[in-house]
Amino acid sequence: MSDSLDAYLVLAGLLFAIGTFGFLARRNAISMLMSIELMLNAVNLAIIGFGSFIPSLSADGSVIAIMVMAVAAAEATVGLAIVIAIYRNRKTPLVDEYDAMRR
Amino acid sequence: MPRSLLTIGATLALIGLAVGLPIGLVVLGVLRWGDDVLFFLFAEVMIGAGLLVVTMRDIIRCGLAMIVCFGALAGIYVIAGAPLVAAAQVLIYIGAISVLILFAIMLTQTKDAPTSLVFQTQSLGAGIAAIVLAVIIGLTVGSTDWPDVGARIHTATDHLAEVLFNEYVLPFEIVSVLLLAAVIGGVFLAKREEGGPP
Repeated sequence: MSDSLDAYLVLAGLLFAIGTFGFLARRNAISMLMSIELMLNAVNLAIIGFGSFIPSLSADGSVIAIMVMAVAAAEATVGLAIVIAIYRNRKTPLVDEYDAMRR
Repeated sequence: MPRSLLTIGATLALIGLAVGLPIGLVVLGVLRWGDDVLFFLFAEVMIGAGLLVVTMRDIIRCGLAMIVCFGALAGIYVIAGAPLVAAAQVLIYIGAISVLILFAIMLTQTKDAPTSLVFQTQSLGAGIAAIVLAVIIGLTVGSTDWPDVGARIHTATDHLAEVLFNEYVLPFEIVSVLLLAAVIGGVFLAKREEGGPP
């Protein structure tokens, strides 16, 4: 099982679907950010899988995965800063109460 | 007291099932002893912790389950033959991003947050969409003929460094500038206004 690319890709797909569910279903803004992290990790797993089973992508897969991690760190920093800034104004982390542009 | 005993029993049964399933598959001849069993165990832990992240009520426990999920993923990277990425996963995700998220949770926790509704009203549709997405990805993966070699290729770290600092040196520099911009932007967004609300 650990020697087949399909296992890694199916695992990545499952983790991505879990992240999608969390992003669509949770009310808490930080839960949604955690779901985004899960999805980024799923994509990283797929990239590592390709890099580890296709000879011409061997080192490129790892390099791209490390780049994705750096971009994910930047995204987490800015996203959490935005959530904290909104929380300071609205006193709630629940996204369905952020309705200032709807009223 | 009986409730906590029940929780302990259910947890032990779950751990037994998680460990027993790969061993049973080895006995049945589906899995080979060694890397396959480890891969299966890590995959179980990763998917289970991921499900806990999106379903548990207490958000701080969601954050802790996310750390477990990332740790299992680092193990899968090691099995896949990318040890440097596994080390980076432990350093960046478990060491930095998880701590950042836990701090953000503690800064935005309200008293009634765990008792109020966790899911949106659209969660049923979201669940169906996620299952459909997983099935589509699985079918696509199964029906595509990948140009793979059927054996894991170990990525040597010195070769990775050569590729990173020759072919990918421009993206590397751009990422460093992006990280700097993100850090400055994060500090600017999260800092308190002078004389504003605390």
